[in-house]
Amino acid sequence: MNSHSYRIPDWIANNARVLDLGCGDGRLLAQLVNSHAIHGLGLELDPDKIAICLDLGLSVIQQDLNRGLSNFNDQQFDTVIMTQTLQAIRRPDLALSEMLRVGHEAIVTFPNFAYIRNRIQLGLAGHMPVNPQLPNPWYDTPNIHLSTFRDFEELCQTLGIHILDKDTSNLSGKRTWLGTVWPNLFGEVAVYRLTKEP
Amino acid sequence: MSQSLGVVTPELIHFEKPLQLERGQTLPRYDLMVETYGSLNTNNSNAVLVCHALSGDHHAAGYHESESKKPGWWNHYIGPGKCIDTDRFFVVSLNNLGGCSGSTGPLSINPETGKAYGPAFPEVTVLDWVHAQARLADHLGIHKFAAIVGGSLGGMQALQWSITYPDRLDSAAIIAAAPRLTAQNIAFNEVARQAIMRDPNFFDGNYADHDVIPASGVGLARMVGHITYLSDISMGEKFGRNLPREDRDANGVNFAVEQYLRYQGKQFSGRFDANTYILMTRALDYFDPTLNESIDLSQVLSETRCKFLVLSFTTDWRFSPARSEEIVDALIQAGKPVSYARLESAHGHDAFLIPDETYEGLFKAFMSRVYADLEGAS
Repeated sequence: MNSHSYRIPDWIANNARVLDLGCGDGRLLAQLVNSHAIHGLGLELDPDKIAICLDLGLSVIQQDLNRGLSNFNDQQFDTVIMTQTLQAIRRPDLALSEMLRVGHEAIVTFPNFAYIRNRIQLGLAGHMPVNPQLPNPWYDTPNIHLSTFRDFEELCQTLGIHILDKDTSNLSGKRTWLGTVWPNLFGEVAVYRLTKEP
Repeated sequence: MSQSLGVVTPELIHFEKPLQLERGQTLPRYDLMVETYGSLNTNNSNAVLVCHALSGDHHAAGYHESESKKPGWWNHYIGPGKCIDTDRFFVVSLNNLGGCSGSTGPLSINPETGKAYGPAFPEVTVLDWVHAQARLADHLGIHKFAAIVGGSLGGMQALQWSITYPDRLDSAAIIAAAPRLTAQNIAFNEVARQAIMRDPNFFDGNYADHDVIPASGVGLARMVGHITYLSDISMGEKFGRNLPREDRDANGVNFAVEQYLRYQGKQFSGRFDANTYILMTRALDYFDPTLNESIDLSQVLSETRCKFLVLSFTTDWRFSPARSEEIVDALIQAGKPVSYARLESAHGHDAFLIPDETYEGLFKAFMSRVYADLEGAS
C-alpha cells in the first residue's frame, strides 16, 4: 500500500524541506533526495522499516501519527506528504489541518472508495470490497476512514483547504486514461496537492 | 559473521600538557587508560569513540585474558561484524578522568603532595571529559570521528561533543540518555552518595590513610543504583518472589532479589573507588547544556553539524523515553538531521547493554550508513 504517484516529484521544489508521514521503507524520500536534493524527514512506527530508512541515510522519527504533530513548528516544512495513510488515521480532518500547519503545502494520496471495482463489490454483490486496493476484510483493516474524491473535496472546503492540483493513478502509481477522464469512478488512488487558503 | 575480538590490551597514554578544568582547577598532567579495536584507515577517518557510563571503563569489548569469561561492558555491540564493526571502524574507548580503572583519578598520586589525591581530586565535568577525549583524539591522529557513541552518561558525552566540537564528528548515537537530570535522578544519586559518606570507613574520603575502604557504603550505593537500572518487569521475571539460591551465600537473606543485590553491591565495592563514585555522580548531576534553562536546548544544538541517532527504551524509568524525546524535539526544532526510535524492552535502563534484535537492527543500519558515507567521501 505504499506506491506513490508519478506526480509527486513534480510538486516538490529543489532543496525543499519535506516531511513524509508514514514514510515506510523510505523509498519516496530517498527518490526525492536524489532527484531534488530535499532535506527529508520521515515519521514511521515500524522499527524494521526505520532500519531500512537508516541504511538509506534518511532521518526518521518513530512516531504515531494519531498523536499529532505537536513536536513540529508552524510552517517548518515546505511540503508534508502522506501517501496511502489518511484512511488509516483516527481523525483525517485533524491530520490534514496539522499537515498544513507544519507545512506550506501538503500532498495526500488515498484509495478512492468510489473506484468502480468497489462499487461493483458493494453495489452489486452486496459485500464490503476486498481487492488489491483494499486487501483487508472489514473487521480487521487499518482502513477505517474510506472516502472518495467527492467526499475529500467537501472536507477540504469545510477546512478551508485549497486544492492546488489533483490527479489519479493506479496502484502502481501510474496514470490511466480512464482515471484521468473520470477520476471518481475510474481513479484507484486519489492524489491531491493542497495548501491553506490565504 | 559476528565474532568476538578475543584478547585486547589496554594502553596507558600520558599527557604532559596541563588541562584547564571547567570548575577552575588545572590538572598539570594526566594519564588516560585506553583500549582501541580495529585499525585506523589511511586518511584517519574511520574512528569511533565509545563513551562509558557511570560505572563503566575503557574495557568495552573483548577479553583481558584468554581464559576470562567476562568480556567488556559493550561486547555484544562492538566487534567484527557487530553494530560497531571493528572490521570497518577504529574504535577508541577510554576510562574517563576521575575514573578508577587506570586513568588519572582520586586513586592517582597527586604530584604536589606525593600522596593519592583521594577526595582532593578536582571536580570534573562532562565538558572536561570531552576536552580530554579530544586531546586523546589528537594524540591518535584523529581529527574527526566517524561516530561518537554512548549510552546513559556516555550518551551525554556524545551530546556534549556535538555541541563543543561540532566539526570533529560526522555522527552521534545517543542511547538511553537525557539532556540533563531531573530532581528525581539527582535524588537517587544523592542517596547513593550519602550511603558512601555515612559509612564509618569513609573518613571524609581519606579512607586510604586508614587502610580501609567504605565497602558497605559503596555496596549500598550500588544496590540503590542497580534497582533504578532495572524495571519492575525485569526484576519480576528474573527473581519474582523466589527464595535465595542455596549454592550462594544466603546468610540472613529472605528472597533471591536480596541475595542478588547484596552480591552486586559486594562485587562492585571490591572494584570501584568511593571517591570516583561521588565524582562521577556529581558530573552526571551537573550536566546541563541549557545552563539551567538560560538557553533553549534547540538553540544550544543549533550549531551542531553531525547526524544524530537517538534511542530510548520503553521501560527505562531512570532516563525515560520522554527524556530522550526532549533531545529529539530540540534537534527537530533546530532543523538538524535526527533519527529516533523508542524500543520495546523489559530491561529498564540496562536495556542499552543487553542483546536485542530490534535495537541491533537499528544501530547496525545507522552505523553501516556512517561507514558507507565514509567510503563515498574518500
